[in-house]
Amino acid sequence: MLKIKNLKASVEGKMILNGINLEVKPGEVHAIMGPNGSGKSTLASVLAGREDYQIEGGEVEYIGKDLLDLSPEERAREGVFLAFQYPVEIPGVSTTNFLKAALNQVREHHGKPALDAVSFLKLMKEKMALVEIDQALLSRSLNEGFSGGEKKRNEIFQMAMLEPKLAILDETDSGLDIDALRIVANGVNKLKTRDNATILITHYQRLLDYIVPDFVHVLYKGRIIKSGDKSLALQLEEKGYDWIKEEADTVSA
Amino acid sequence: MTTPNEYINTVGKAFEKFEASLNGSKSTFLHELRKESLAAILKSGLPGPKHEEYRYTNFGKALEKSIAYEGIVAETAAASAPTPLDSFEGYKLYFVNGKLDASRSDLGDLSEKVTVTSLASAVKEQGDLKEYLGSIVKSWPDAFSHLNTAFAKEGVFIRVKKNTILDKPLYIIHSNDTSATEVLAHYRNLAIVEEGSQLKVIEANFSTGANTSYTNTVLEIFCKKNASVEWSKLQLENETALRIDNSLVYQERDSKCTINTITLSGQMVRNNLYIALDDENTEAHMYGLYLIDGKTHVDNHTSVDHRKPNSFSNELYKGIMDDQSHGVFNGKIFVRQDAQKTNAFQQNNNILLSPNAVINTKPQLEIWADDVKCSHGCTTGQLDNEQLFYLRARGISEDKARAMLLHAFAGDVIANISVGPVKEYLEQLITDKIEN
Ligand SMILES: Nc1ncnc2c1ncn2[C@@H]1O[C@H](COP(=O)(O)OP(=O)(O)OP(=O)(O)O)[C@@H](O)[C@H]1O
Ligand SMILES: [Mg+2]
Repeated sequence: MLKIKNLKASVEGKMILNGINLEVKPGEVHAIMGPNGSGKSTLASVLAGREDYQIEGGEVEYIGKDLLDLSPEERAREGVFLAFQYPVEIPGVSTTNFLKAALNQVREHHGKPALDAVSFLKLMKEKMALVEIDQALLSRSLNEGFSGGEKKRNEIFQMAMLEPKLAILDETDSGLDIDALRIVANGVNKLKTRDNATILITHYQRLLDYIVPDFVHVLYKGRIIKSGDKSLALQLEEKGYDWIKEEADTVSA
Repeated sequence: MTTPNEYINTVGKAFEKFEASLNGSKSTFLHELRKESLAAILKSGLPGPKHEEYRYTNFGKALEKSIAYEGIVAETAAASAPTPLDSFEGYKLYFVNGKLDASRSDLGDLSEKVTVTSLASAVKEQGDLKEYLGSIVKSWPDAFSHLNTAFAKEGVFIRVKKNTILDKPLYIIHSNDTSATEVLAHYRNLAIVEEGSQLKVIEANFSTGANTSYTNTVLEIFCKKNASVEWSKLQLENETALRIDNSLVYQERDSKCTINTITLSGQMVRNNLYIALDDENTEAHMYGLYLIDGKTHVDNHTSVDHRKPNSFSNELYKGIMDDQSHGVFNGKIFVRQDAQKTNAFQQNNNILLSPNAVINTKPQLEIWADDVKCSHGCTTGQLDNEQLFYLRARGISEDKARAMLLHAFAGDVIANISVGPVKEYLEQLITDKIEN
């Protein structure tokens, strides 16, 4: 579904991604870990189409298309979803109107008619139950004054509404309390099918107890320096990153 | 081209003709006031580009270029076109090309506790008019309000008697049709809202036609003890319209006044808003939106004068400027020495959508009391890229995302209009304008 080949990207003249290689197949869950500043969010943003980043090389194929050729909205309509590490607040735009506009533009792209108000509300109710999000939150302006955890939960709610093919969750677990973490993880698991895939960016093994990854990758200085199965995450939890960093730094030196 | 002095001389000549046309009403106090005001304007002339208050808005020059003041007495044909507000519930007064259109106006079953009449009848029937007319203008004079006082014959007089709530809003709808010739209109409006009473007015301005439409309007509102007023101005004229609006409010104890000024088009619009808070526990709200494009020039000058302790003023003006449009905001807050415990807030936020659009914004605070809470802030920028990306990353097109953000930005101002259909109408206009 997603093939990233030697992807390089910079921001303001500074190289951040230095040749990423990654293949994600339908039904898989990939975890990406790595120290602060290693480029995890940059990778997620580049995949979602943020224009601040300059592509310096490589290619990304997504369901047979050249992903880097598509605008952010086209990517979203084709099923790419980024749950933001820091969801932005948008005063004056109601969450409901926003989601309705988004959902209907995605539907239109696939030749489906717009949802009428009743069907839309029904769908909202169903997905609200799935991620146990409160109606009161959704009647407010988008993310405005939401707590950190509420913002994260709203991201997963949007994901539930839009049912993406490829979900990239950037530290969705950070800032969640223990109950919220369980609820959000449950939501993600329930939305999992054989046809969609998930990339989880996280710092904590904790999340991976709930959402079990098929692969774990370590990103460091803009490269994936180690990949393994879920046991790699356990190893990292125990030993930290220094041992892999050393390996990587000696190789590249 | 004439020099400013020559132009002012034509104004003087126009007044002689105007006077001759007055036929019998020359003996009133109003006529004395007219002559005084004419003398003042002949002496001062129109403010030029060196005038501090008009440095970005050379209204006098715009006037001189397209309006011959002699035209003042010419009666222009009044073709009364339908407006989008016609079906809204409320009392209606229609003015076309500077004249009342009685055939369309409808005051229905207006209570006898509310007087709504023409300026001319008020001069005859309202014995105390003399105490009110022009009295707020005196504390905040302006060359164009002098011009208005000299020439205004038409206008609305409103009095809401003690403890009366006007049950429906009053709509004052002005249309200028300049397809045959330019139109000059002077309106003089006055509202006296007595103790404990409430009034809501929507003043809407439309224009059509390729010749210049020039409106000079003055409004004085007396908001007595514990009275409440909401006055909304919808400035929706076309690209040949010059408009100068002087609105002045005087507030007594425990009163509340909200002035909403929404400008979506026009050639050059200048609004001077002045609010005097002359007793304790008064509350003034000033909301403005200028959402403009093309070559439209909109200048909002506001002043709030906190004279006594414990008063509150809140001001929010927002601007969205596209193409070569030009916005000006100047917000003055005076807190006099007596006015301890004043709370005054002012905010002006602007979005420039084009590299050729311009905004000049300036807060001016003069605070003489020491125990006050005042804050002001102004921002000018583009749309927030993070917000745009967030919306697009959910599948929303760039155009739609921009429109949603602009609508949200403008919505903050519109939200303060309490008359539902007017709010919805404006929201639709804003959507159409943003998405065009
Ligand atoms: N717009 C930008 N301008 C300058 N530097 C940037 C910009 N965006 C990212 N960077 C830099 O790129 C590097 C990678 O940042 P990124 O956010 O991808 O890290 P991360 O792996 O997600 O870190 P964390 O675990 O803290 O979330 C950092 O050094 C960051 O400062
Ligand atoms: Mg990050």
